[in-house]
Amino acid sequence: MAGTLLVGAIGGHAAEAPTPEGLEFFEKKIRPVLATNCYACHSAEAKTRMGGLSLDTRDGIRTGGQRGHAVVPKDVEASLIVAVLRYDGALKMPPTGKLEPEVVQDFIEWIDMGAPDPRVMTVQVEATTIDLEAGREFWAFQVPAKGSAPSIKNVAWPEGLIDHYVLARLESQGLSPVREAGREELLRRVTFDLTGLPPTPKEIEEFLQDDSGFAFRSVVDRLLDSERFGERWGRHWLDVVRYGDTVGRARNLPYPTAWKYRDYVIRAFNEDKPYDRFLREQIAGDLLPSESREKRIENQIATGFLAIGAHNLNEPDVKQFEMDVADELINTTTRSVLALSVGCARCHDHKFDPIPTTDYYALAGIFRSSELRNGLRRRPSFNSAFFRESLFLELEGVPEYSKVDAAEARSAREALLQELKAAEKARDRDKRRELARKVSKLPLPENRAMGVIEAEPTTVRVNIGGDPHTLGEPVPRGFVQALFPDDASLPKIGDRESGRLQLAQWLTRPDNPLTARVMANRIWHHLFGRGIVPTVDNFGKTGRQPTHPELLDYLAVQFQDQKWSVKSLIREIVLSRTYRLATDYDNANYEIDPDNEFLWRANMRRLEVEALRDAVLLTSGQLTLGIPPSSPVSEFERGQNINASNSQVEPWEIQESYRSVYVPVIRNVPSRLFEVFDFPEASETHGSRDVTTGPSQALFLMNNDFVHLHASIAAERLLASHQRDAERIRHAFRQMLSRDPTPEESARALRHVRETATALETDSSSGEDQGATAPWVSGLLAGVLQREPEAKEMESAMDFLTNHYDEAAESAPGSPSASESDRGSTRREREAALGVLERVLERRPNREERAVAAKYFRELGAKRRKGQSTQGREDRGTVLASSGSVEQRAWAQFYHALYNSAEFRYTN
Amino acid sequence: MNQTFQDRRGFLRTAATGFGYTAFAGLAALDSLRAKGSENPLLPKQPHFAPQAKRVILLFMPGGPTQHDTFDYNPDLVKHAGQIAESKMSSGTKKGKILPSVFEFKPSGESGIPISEVFPNLRQHADDLCLLNGMHTDTPAHAPASIFAHTGSITFVRPSMGAWIVYGLGTESQDLPGFVTINPPSAGGSSLYGSAFLPATYQGTRLNVTDGQEPIENIRNSRMGFGLQRKQLDYVQELNRGLLDRTESVSQVEGVIQSYELAFRMQRAVPTTLDVSTEPESTREMYGLNDDATRSFGTQCLLARRMAEQGVRFIEIGHRGWDHHNDLRKRLAGTAMETDKPIAALIADLKRRDMLKETLIVWGGEFGRSTFEQNDKSDGRRHNNRGYTMWMAGGGIRGGMRYGRSDEVGVAVENRVHIHDLHATILHQLGLDHTKLTYRYAGRDFRLTDVHGRVVKEILA
Repeated sequence: MAGTLLVGAIGGHAAEAPTPEGLEFFEKKIRPVLATNCYACHSAEAKTRMGGLSLDTRDGIRTGGQRGHAVVPKDVEASLIVAVLRYDGALKMPPTGKLEPEVVQDFIEWIDMGAPDPRVMTVQVEATTIDLEAGREFWAFQVPAKGSAPSIKNVAWPEGLIDHYVLARLESQGLSPVREAGREELLRRVTFDLTGLPPTPKEIEEFLQDDSGFAFRSVVDRLLDSERFGERWGRHWLDVVRYGDTVGRARNLPYPTAWKYRDYVIRAFNEDKPYDRFLREQIAGDLLPSESREKRIENQIATGFLAIGAHNLNEPDVKQFEMDVADELINTTTRSVLALSVGCARCHDHKFDPIPTTDYYALAGIFRSSELRNGLRRRPSFNSAFFRESLFLELEGVPEYSKVDAAEARSAREALLQELKAAEKARDRDKRRELARKVSKLPLPENRAMGVIEAEPTTVRVNIGGDPHTLGEPVPRGFVQALFPDDASLPKIGDRESGRLQLAQWLTRPDNPLTARVMANRIWHHLFGRGIVPTVDNFGKTGRQPTHPELLDYLAVQFQDQKWSVKSLIREIVLSRTYRLATDYDNANYEIDPDNEFLWRANMRRLEVEALRDAVLLTSGQLTLGIPPSSPVSEFERGQNINASNSQVEPWEIQESYRSVYVPVIRNVPSRLFEVFDFPEASETHGSRDVTTGPSQALFLMNNDFVHLHASIAAERLLASHQRDAERIRHAFRQMLSRDPTPEESARALRHVRETATALETDSSSGEDQGATAPWVSGLLAGVLQREPEAKEMESAMDFLTNHYDEAAESAPGSPSASESDRGSTRREREAALGVLERVLERRPNREERAVAAKYFRELGAKRRKGQSTQGREDRGTVLASSGSVEQRAWAQFYHALYNSAEFRYTN
Repeated sequence: MNQTFQDRRGFLRTAATGFGYTAFAGLAALDSLRAKGSENPLLPKQPHFAPQAKRVILLFMPGGPTQHDTFDYNPDLVKHAGQIAESKMSSGTKKGKILPSVFEFKPSGESGIPISEVFPNLRQHADDLCLLNGMHTDTPAHAPASIFAHTGSITFVRPSMGAWIVYGLGTESQDLPGFVTINPPSAGGSSLYGSAFLPATYQGTRLNVTDGQEPIENIRNSRMGFGLQRKQLDYVQELNRGLLDRTESVSQVEGVIQSYELAFRMQRAVPTTLDVSTEPESTREMYGLNDDATRSFGTQCLLARRMAEQGVRFIEIGHRGWDHHNDLRKRLAGTAMETDKPIAALIADLKRRDMLKETLIVWGGEFGRSTFEQNDKSDGRRHNNRGYTMWMAGGGIRGGMRYGRSDEVGVAVENRVHIHDLHATILHQLGLDHTKLTYRYAGRDFRLTDVHGRVVKEILA
């Protein structure tokens, strides 16, 4: 079956001999109009015949297109073209604007006279023109197979099959690989690649000391076993599945339990869950057998994959909404797993790939037969009623509450819901609004998550031109036919099931040509900065061809042979000689392959924003490793439309020290840092990120308090841990750049520190009066109160701070480690700023006031630390005694310069 | 190929060496870069054909300004006053009594086009305005309609018009961003100035013009004086140059060096450009800076002119408060007054600097309002996307004309202009063919106008 024939049969209009007057009328009044206004889209010359309609032949115009006959001689009513030209109905043509009424009248007259038309040419009946048999020939639709290793000249070079394939391509192009990277470079590369963090100076030391011959192998195993691995590779997957913590679009409500899916993904990568199982759980976890209660819960949470999309809850048209939701699921599923944009077939057969529009609606049927349970509903009359607790997925066997008294919480909720029901019945809008709001503020039962369940199975009809109100043939639920070797191998979907299970099974079947290839390519992309197919989300005709097709096949088969183990594939790749190449320039190679498509060297790669932020936190000793217990989004008022002016999330503030993967992704209101450093727009699949370099990035790194603060903390720690200048510089270089400085670099760095110190001492314009709390307090109060604070207010604030400050100082020496005490004091400083405000305002500060305070407490942070160092001089001994705060600030400037250096922001 | 490459590397090495000292040589350095084929994506690019306008100032009026009481004089409303009209709205079919303009229209300028009395200052520039009375758009809800007006798409996240334009044309100012949006409206979020799949370089830079806030994030360095910062930057650039020498991986490091140069220049240029205190008193008075009611929008208009002078390509400013569901008489008069003098000043100021002819000004909201009353009591009008009014001025647009008409139900019936058509026309004035300004993403070429759009040739001068 080759798609569906949508064209009407050729009408039985007997050919009449047109009169000369009739023909003249046509030539004068009709043909020019058609030629000027219509042929561009409806003629043999046009590349497409929109709606299957040709207007450049007599048969074409009489046969019409998908909707029926354009012209029926002597029957104006039946001639669709008239209504269309009049702009009466849903379809209006030409799209560029209504024609003059006189012109429309001409058409009526012409039809009345029998539509004389001399253009004798037979219409080419436009059925679906997609030839599935031919389409299946495309390289990406062939099941991957391992070939024999190609012959090479330099047989000594490869260490394994990957190297063999790469070298064969290099030699065929006249290229030769550069030397291997140095050990320090290699450690930095692999540590960032596998965990998203730089190696610590201790790890560098250990690696450099290990001359066992297995040093690199044991590093790779250590990194793969680290919990940090899942946080790195889980985030790659979250890019692909457009992860977000709010619904986005017009009515941006929170997804308070999306984090459960996020943590599931991170866990899956850490446990090295087989990729085929991982996919089946995400698409049809609810339908899979599960051996235990825990497994069952996990499978349910996995279906969050389908539920976390971006939707326009304000869509007024329910049919449109339903089809948009299905579209979102089709797009996400096919682009993430298959790297095909099946979504293109929503309005017409795919222009480039063998995907007829019927395939699209076959998939739409599967998703329309499943129910999305994300806690939200479409278009109620007021904000808080968008949120419905009952619309979540209920996790089986999880207690409703553990942190609050369950019985109490349950009865409170029940009572509210009863009241709400009554108010709805009584049509009491105000009451309803108030109660819904209350409901949305109740603690969310812990047995709720986002996901899907089966719904009444349904068959979707083709939406002609993508219009959900113009329906064509019903299409049985099914799959992308071109991906099956023949029609017989298509799985059968029972009448009583959605087909999601079959979809999940088919996607992970060994004869699916794309799934393993696409994932192997994604993995390659993250390790080399470029996929073997560079368009990682598009393996279709418009995507790029693979640079190493045999290698890609080898990796895909290897991936499946090793039970779809992501870690095994990564291990094999990073242990290859190819991965260890240096980034060296080579003129001869460069002339042939300037873009390094064939991998004669390694690519320099920019750190993603997560790696950048985590590296900053790590070097200042502030990074909190571990998983936060939930997400700040779960604390949001769940009925609130989140936008830039009311965003309750200050991800930066709230989760300051957790790894970046745990920072909530608020659609429409991205974190500024994330936005500036190319975090992808979170409503569509983004398997590869943009790498832009603009002034806003430079401004952030030069001027943002975050960078200054961490530079200052790092400097303080450095001064405490290392006493000699050369050691300090070496340590900082190792922390930041994962290598030792050359003697020249070391000397230059030291000169910079010295000159900065001198400048700080003399440059009063840049100096800040250290330890001067009063100006800071007065600045904070002035910012919040919008006036100079009164003496009484200052006194009360200083009073509060002195107490607070003393508390902080007392608790510091007892802390178990320096990093913990720093974190503790950061928190206390924030409290201090808010405490000052509360004391002076005599109430809790509101959001705007808190925002002003947030800006100030960072500065306080730096000051407090200086104050502590000065105060604690005697306690901490000679190190601090030799380093006045000018010294510390000069070293902070040095760290700041390293944070700003290109080398810090790239892996080599 | 390799020759060019080596030349460029050589040049950049030199440029990076004396960063602190060459930074202010600005343009000369940039000319050099251009000659050497640098990849800076923001350098000015050739349009498709000779442009009429060099830049756009969008005066966005979120809320849905009523056309019936401002720019769309419709005598049919008087004829049918009080009759019941109905219209399909998002929340179902709505009915109400037809309400003629609550303000008086007066023929204005030599052309005599009718403009409401709520814009006494703007009326004096009637001969520069082209009123598009046949606008229509796809949805009557604020956020999606705003997104649609900016990006041409409701369903998907697409680049906004300003991003497309900077992508197509680059920008003339190398000290300021190419696309600036001042206090963008909250309905619609960052997609109103986002770049979606276009490289992030093209996204709009948000300016916050309110007292006591930094206008651009991170534009000031609170820790270092100027001298210290230059010392710091010299060291950073020296580190970068070292990396360039070692790796010979040019393009990324090159990009970093350039971005620091621009950032450093922006630090000086942005506060200077935003400092309106240097304007003569007469100008401040003209823009309404001395009056509480007009100061806010007046400042935005004055900043728009200053940025236009500096060569910023796409400038969006806006004034909220047009969602008049009730108290139309009182509230419209207020909102209009807050913007009337500033807009008139902007037009006059551009004209006297001979800049209006190359600056395309576009005024309007995300949709308009119904011809009929919200209800008997409210003295307001409902949302209406099926007919509304925007206007254009300058940039090669015919002034002193009305184009299009809507009927007594508020539906555009003649010379209709859809948002896609408006976008096509704006691009056309900048010398860009909207069917050729494409970007390949996810396997197909995207356009601001999708598969739609008609250049409204009838309104071109």
